[in-house]
Amino acid sequence: MPHPRLTPAVRSGVSIAIAVGLYGAAFGALGVEAGLTVAQTCALSLLMFTGGSQFAFVGVIGGGGTGLSAFAAATLLGLRNGVYAMQLEAMLRPAAGRKALHAQFTIDESMANASAQTDPDEQRRGFWTAGLGIYLTWNLFTLIGALAGNAMGDPARWGLDGAACAAFLGLLWPRLKGRDPIAIAVVCAVATVLFIPLAPPGLPIIIAAVVAAGAWAVLQRRGVPT
Amino acid sequence: MWGWVLASCLAAYALKVSGYLLPKSVLDRPFVPSLAAALTVGLLSSLVVTNTVASGQALVLDSRLLGVGAAAAALKFELPYIVVVLVGALATAAGRWAGLP
Repeated sequence: MPHPRLTPAVRSGVSIAIAVGLYGAAFGALGVEAGLTVAQTCALSLLMFTGGSQFAFVGVIGGGGTGLSAFAAATLLGLRNGVYAMQLEAMLRPAAGRKALHAQFTIDESMANASAQTDPDEQRRGFWTAGLGIYLTWNLFTLIGALAGNAMGDPARWGLDGAACAAFLGLLWPRLKGRDPIAIAVVCAVATVLFIPLAPPGLPIIIAAVVAAGAWAVLQRRGVPT
Repeated sequence: MWGWVLASCLAAYALKVSGYLLPKSVLDRPFVPSLAAALTVGLLSSLVVTNTVASGQALVLDSRLLGVGAAAAALKFELPYIVVVLVGALATAAGRWAGLP
C-alpha cells in the first residue's frame, strides 16, 4: 500500500473536490443575488452542506417564494441523502459515536466515491477525501462567490457541469463488469429519464434506488449472481 | 429568514443522520452486500443521467452530453480519473464555446 495520499480513492476524491468546490462560487453569488446576506449564504454551505438542496433553497427565495416553500424544496431534495446514509452505514459501519460526524459529510459525491471502491479502507478514504475535501472547497468558494457576486460569471462556461457528469461516470464505469450490473445501470438510467419531468428534482434518484432494488430482487430470484 | 435557513439546515442534517440509524440486525443479513452493490450501480447511473440531462424538471440536451461522451471515450482508453474529469469539462466548455447550448 503506497502512501495514503496516492491511493485511487484519494486521487478521485481530490479531483472531485476541486471540480465540485468551484461550483460553490456559483452558489455563493446566487445566494446573495436572491437576497440572502453573506452570512446566511455561508451558513447554508456550512450547515446544510448538500448542493442540490442549497440551490433549491436560494432558487425559491430568489424567485420570490416564501421561506416555507424554500424549506420544502430543500428538504425534498435532501431525502436522497437518507438513502445514501443507509448505503454508507452498511458499507463503512461507523462507530456509534462517529455517526453524527459521518452524517454531515454524506452527499452525492462522498457516497459515490466511497461506493466506487471495493477495499474497505479505500471506501473509508474515498468517503472522507470527497466529503471533507468538498466541504473545504465548497465553503471557501461559497464565501468567495458571495463576496464577489456575479463578477466571475457562469461556471457552466468553464464546463464545470460537464466535469460533474464525467466524475460520476468515472465512478460508475469500473462497476459495469458483467451483464447484471449493466442491466441495472440501464434500467435505472431509463427510470431516471422517465421521472425527471414527472417528479420534483431529487426524487428520480430515490426512484432509481427503488428500481435498482427491484431489479436486484428479480435477478436474485432467477438465481443469477449479481 | 434566519429561521428558515436554520430549519432547512436542521432538516437536511436529520435526513442524513436517519440513514445511519438502521439496526445492526438488518445490516448483518447475508443479502446486504449484493443489494448494496446493486444500489451503488443504480444510484451512480441515476446521478450520471441527472447531471447530464436534467435542468430542474426539464430534460435538456446540451453540451454536457459532449462532456459525458468524451469522458466515456477517456474511460475506454483507461485514462486516469483526473484526466476523465478534465476531458469532461473541456468537451463541455468546447461545445459551449462553439455556440451549442
